Amino acid sequence: MSNGIHPIASLLASVARGISGVQVQWAGCEPDERQRIYFANHSSHLDFVVLWSALPSDIRARTRPIAAKDYWEQTALRLYLAKNVFHAVLLERGAATKAQTHEDAHFVGRHLIDQMADALGAENSLILFPEGTRGTGERMAPFRSGLYHLALRRPDVELVPSYLENLNRILPKGEFVPVPMLSLLTFGKPIQVEPGEEKDTFLERAREAVASLRRIGNA
Amino acid sequence: MFAAIHDSKLVWLYGGVLFLLVVSTLIGQSLKSRRTDASRSTIDNLNARIGAWWKMCAIFAVAVMIGRIGALVLFAIISFLAMREYMTLVPTRRGDHRTLFWSFFVIMPLQYYLIGIQWYGFFAIMIPVLAFVFVPTSIAIAGDTEHFLERAAKIQFGIMVCAYCLSHAPALLLLHIPGFEGHDARLLLYLVIVDQMSDVLQYVWGKLVGRHKIAWRVSPNKTWEGFVGGVASATALGTALWWATPFSPLQSAGMSFTICLLGFAGGLVMSAIKRDIGIKDFGVVIEGHGGILDRIDSLCFAAPIFFHLIRYYFVP
Repeated sequence: MSNGIHPIASLLASVARGISGVQVQWAGCEPDERQRIYFANHSSHLDFVVLWSALPSDIRARTRPIAAKDYWEQTALRLYLAKNVFHAVLLERGAATKAQTHEDAHFVGRHLIDQMADALGAENSLILFPEGTRGTGERMAPFRSGLYHLALRRPDVELVPSYLENLNRILPKGEFVPVPMLSLLTFGKPIQVEPGEEKDTFLERAREAVASLRRIGNA
Repeated sequence: MFAAIHDSKLVWLYGGVLFLLVVSTLIGQSLKSRRTDASRSTIDNLNARIGAWWKMCAIFAVAVMIGRIGALVLFAIISFLAMREYMTLVPTRRGDHRTLFWSFFVIMPLQYYLIGIQWYGFFAIMIPVLAFVFVPTSIAIAGDTEHFLERAAKIQFGIMVCAYCLSHAPALLLLHIPGFEGHDARLLLYLVIVDQMSDVLQYVWGKLVGRHKIAWRVSPNKTWEGFVGGVASATALGTALWWATPFSPLQSAGMSFTICLLGFAGGLVMSAIKRDIGIKDFGVVIEGHGGILDRIDSLCFAAPIFFHLIRYYFVP
């Protein structure tokens, strides 16, 4: 966002960095101001903040997370954090699958992509967890299709696969106190949708691009 | 604060450390200008280690000068960082989460708090007795029985090594040795100097004349020549430092020899653990040295025994 970083966001970023002791490696690309979509595996509430805090501050100021509306609107505190502190883009999770008819689903899906494309605008980047929800950290769930549609809509935006390692042990789903183990974050080589590439092929390739960045065998 | 400055023998110890740092820096720099392609990585690593030594000595010196609280806080932080490296690499499961939380935020700080309030009886049994009962119980309550004994044992071992054993180094400051009151900072310095110099000298002797591997499966860099040369010269150094301690020269020789042997044992055991897990170093925090735990593994084994030897023989 052009209006800078919220002080609470900076504070939480420092705390998350401290707790997670994250060691960042830019393996497939360098930090860059160009528009990007960082997509990563999801196993902890710390994921977004840690990934976000790993970006240089000028890039961080223009990088917004995509988050689930149903979860982040549950309490006033969550809503405040998501909207005011991190300028999250809140999306209706699973709305397309809940739709009654095929046309409805198509319409809702389109609307979600519109929202993400709007959030990208002319200068923003996004952080996206295509699994859609937090997993146990052992296996990544299949990717939702949003990444594919968004990539088709904005072929100029770089898609950067990112792997967050060990955060599921630091703050697993369902726990509210962290254990300060060390973690790793690896940014991989950007990918793009090949001409004529099918949705499922691309999504599997994107998932593979994230999984291949894993550095420790038994996380 | 800074009362330590008035202890002239302590100042001499600091001066000696500073002298060693300067000499090793000069040697490192002169080697750097004469390095060949074959020796490049070893010499660069050596210089990185020397650079890190400057920083570690500075932090340590400042902490000890602040006094008992400084030393306690420093060692508590080292314990925390070491335990963090250990628990990161030891496989734990989701069911261990709460137990780990307690280990980091209650058991470990409590251990240092007990030293701070000088409650020896509780300090000595809290981890070997209370934590020993607590750890498996809380894992059992979490309900996951897979690899139960392994997980409980690995967590308990980590707490023992990183918190309990290491905390005996600052605990030296609560021993009341007759005729040595107010000088216990020197004992801590003596332990750390002999222990760390033993590591360094074993490394130096090993690099210079090392041929025969001791346990190449466990630690490919440990040789008999390095071991004998390092232990002998560090023991000689420790003996020569008797004037800073309550020991006679002969007692000082015995103490430093014990520290060297135990330091070697600590390094060997931690190497075996690393080989078992399949990693070379526990972390990347200290440049050239690996992690915190790689640096202090020898101290973890030497500190408690040194502590109890002094307590048994020198404290009435």
